[in-house]
Amino acid sequence: MVVSSAWDWSIGEKRVDTKSWTERFLQVQEYQVSADGESVAAIVALDDQAFNVCVNGALWDTPFDKIWRLRFTPDSRATALVSADGQWTLAVNGQTWPESFDYIWHPLVSENGQHIAAAIQQGGRYAMALDGEVWPNDFGTIAYSALSPSGDRTAGAVQVKVADSGQLEAFQEGTFSAAVDGTAWGSTFVNVWHLVFSPDGQHLAAEVRQSLYDYTIVVDGKPWPQQYTCVWAPSFDPVTGHVVAPVRKDGHWKMAQDGELLWQRPFAQLWQQRFSPDGSRLAAIAATAFGRWTVVVDGHPWPVTFAGMVSDLTFSPDGRHIAALAKEKDHWTVVVDGKPWQHRFERAWPPVFAPDGSGSVAVKVEMDGAFTFAVDDRIWPHAFERNWEPFFSPDGRRLLLPTMNQNGYCRKVVEKF
Amino acid sequence: MNERHKEPSEIMDDGVEAALSRLTPEKIQAVINSVLKGETGARFKAYMDTCIHCGLCSEACQFFLSRDRDPHYSPVGKVKQTVWPMVKNKGRVDTDFIRRAVRIAHTECNLCKRCVAFCPFGIDIAYLMTVVRRIIHKLGATPLYLQDTAHSHASTMNQMWVKEDEWIDTLQWQEDEARAEIPSLRIPLDKEGAEIMYSVIAPEPKFQAQLIYQAAAIMHVAGVDWTMPSDIGWDNSDMAMFTGDYEIMGRIKRTHFEAATRLRVKKIVMGECGHAFRSVYDTGNRWLGWAQPPVPIVHAIAFYYDLLKTGKLRIARKYSHPVTLHDPCNVVRGGGLHEKARYVVHQLCDNLIEMHPNREHNYCCGAGGGVINCGPPYKNARVAGNRVKAEQLFDAKSRGAHTLIAPCHNCHSGLHDIVHHHGIDLEIKFFSDIIYECMEKPDGSE
Ligand code: SF4
Ligand code: SF4
Repeated sequence: MVVSSAWDWSIGEKRVDTKSWTERFLQVQEYQVSADGESVAAIVALDDQAFNVCVNGALWDTPFDKIWRLRFTPDSRATALVSADGQWTLAVNGQTWPESFDYIWHPLVSENGQHIAAAIQQGGRYAMALDGEVWPNDFGTIAYSALSPSGDRTAGAVQVKVADSGQLEAFQEGTFSAAVDGTAWGSTFVNVWHLVFSPDGQHLAAEVRQSLYDYTIVVDGKPWPQQYTCVWAPSFDPVTGHVVAPVRKDGHWKMAQDGELLWQRPFAQLWQQRFSPDGSRLAAIAATAFGRWTVVVDGHPWPVTFAGMVSDLTFSPDGRHIAALAKEKDHWTVVVDGKPWQHRFERAWPPVFAPDGSGSVAVKVEMDGAFTFAVDDRIWPHAFERNWEPFFSPDGRRLLLPTMNQNGYCRKVVEKF
Repeated sequence: MNERHKEPSEIMDDGVEAALSRLTPEKIQAVINSVLKGETGARFKAYMDTCIHCGLCSEACQFFLSRDRDPHYSPVGKVKQTVWPMVKNKGRVDTDFIRRAVRIAHTECNLCKRCVAFCPFGIDIAYLMTVVRRIIHKLGATPLYLQDTAHSHASTMNQMWVKEDEWIDTLQWQEDEARAEIPSLRIPLDKEGAEIMYSVIAPEPKFQAQLIYQAAAIMHVAGVDWTMPSDIGWDNSDMAMFTGDYEIMGRIKRTHFEAATRLRVKKIVMGECGHAFRSVYDTGNRWLGWAQPPVPIVHAIAFYYDLLKTGKLRIARKYSHPVTLHDPCNVVRGGGLHEKARYVVHQLCDNLIEMHPNREHNYCCGAGGGVINCGPPYKNARVAGNRVKAEQLFDAKSRGAHTLIAPCHNCHSGLHDIVHHHGIDLEIKFFSDIIYECMEKPDGSE
């Protein structure tokens, strides 16, 4: 979790002259901003062969041959995947892991930002590395890599039996499993997708296909007794540890829990379920009928539906409110507790709830080709070339607004508008 | 017997034979009836009830025309040999019947939908063939090469078993290569908030990485704000749609659209591929419950049209050879892009030699609908089944065509086989090959 109480919440602006970077460097790639808004960074080209990361105007100590996937952790450290002499590793604030690999990708960060994992390839074999330490076993492939919320365990869908291309029967007998901290489940499946750790990191659930036709959910290697014609990614109840997942039967989707139907009502589509933080409510995105999308809360759809899509389902920290983005024709809006905002946006980013129980929602939006912020359907009167997602102060009364225009980067703290 | 002279009925497919050896009459009947009863509805019934067996659809089909008007190859003839007996016998058919149904539905119909326009009732034979394919999928009897491709889709979310690191590494390699020509060029990975996500089919990173290079050069020169995902969802192709494995079709389409929504792009531009367009723009999104693609889809033809029309791309010198243009079924009958394709041709080339019939009346390349993906066992039969296309190509060649533009991967490969088999001296290119060759490039590019 991000600890925002220690951040500077005094009203005002802090600027970083990013404009000069374009003169200093041959190329400046996409800007990234830290969670606390204090740092702005970009991968920069020093010359044709050398790249570095520039954070608030200062370069990391060592340049690299290649750099990609620059991102800040929740605790505001800059990370990137870097390559020197044909070997790849991960760098945090310029410090590389001691180990390097033939390739590294898909970095994952724990909720508190302290632990970082990534998928790695070494000599054509695949594994995960956690804070630089590689699994004791490697595999023929890896996908759907996952990190537990506290960052102490890693997992990936791995192929544990060989089935060369064209060996249909061998493949259909099941060659995939999931590995946790490098140890594969004893069971194999035709396919394994979307690995999800329980909040305490003790359990791992996944979608599997047991034949070309039979799908189910597997928890710690053990499949639910029921099979379905399709399933989507499971979730753990944060309190009880029950596992829920959307399942398809007879052409309809329903929500199941531990293999039993949880919601009786069928949907044309049902996915991306989320528990409220206290586990008392379960919401999901659904199509109530073909082409009619909404949010379903504990089995009951909101009264409004949208033809385009519904995304970014978000619970307020106290679990009392739900926000989502909805698209109708080419425009997006924000819907809170079933009520759409009046404003329409070209694009919108995930809704951010105030932590104070007020149900206030702030969103980064694009209007008329420029970026701004919206709070509770009110629009901030200034537009920017770029901005980043807003953040509420712990008391919910102020907003951190990271923005950029032709003069450079600006971290604003304003009263909630 | 020489492979070359095998009759289609003599072709052996190991995947199909292995599946047939496991089937029982009860299993066949149960599967057929479960699909016919559980997965078809008013549309299927209307087609069954309406067809008057008039045979007017025959003239539409390249297989019928190329196979000396043998009625077995007519659209209605294909239904007569597959769907009707299944319905009439209430699913009681034997393995020889299923073997024949596999051959017909998977390798003697391109799902090109040309015949729809020839039927007075608008009966969509392609739809009926997809019902047969769904039954074959449920029987586990899909041709081996095509099924292997579906396995790849299910396991990797791409068509060619491309591993996650191989994909990213290929993009970085192409970026390196292209920077030697255009120093400031980038292939921006995971650029959240870019206008466009560019998606391709897996043969590009696997075998044709130069197409990614060319696309990057075009994007750079046109000043497009674009990105490609490093994660799964980069592949827009979909052979599961053609095996009838709609659950995997839905899964891979969801992955593709979610890559775009994760990157918060305004639209997806896809490379020159036809079947992927059908899957992303029509079939896959609908299976998932979206009446329209949730993120607007722009096929490469429409994208190039926009770039040329708005002057974002300028042509330094026109392509010097006379060209002919193949209209891919899925973007022409399926997407209405034939006039935009001609606009693009005219911007690039002075001399377009049309094949006839063309536009939405075109003949399929013979590769589409997953037919080419059934692999080498069927190659000769496939080429023989499209003599009319060879005749069109000969005709265009004899009127001076030097280059054949085929803005679709499957068409490209299928036409290559036809051109090669018949010794038609036509060079086959994508639009992007010619655009890259002829566009104005920035000063300093080498
Ligand atoms: S869809 Fe095309 S290939 Fe299939 S029967 Fe009709 S015309 Fe022939
Ligand atoms: S043209 Fe239509 S009605 Fe006539 S045989 Fe063909 S599908 Fe049947």
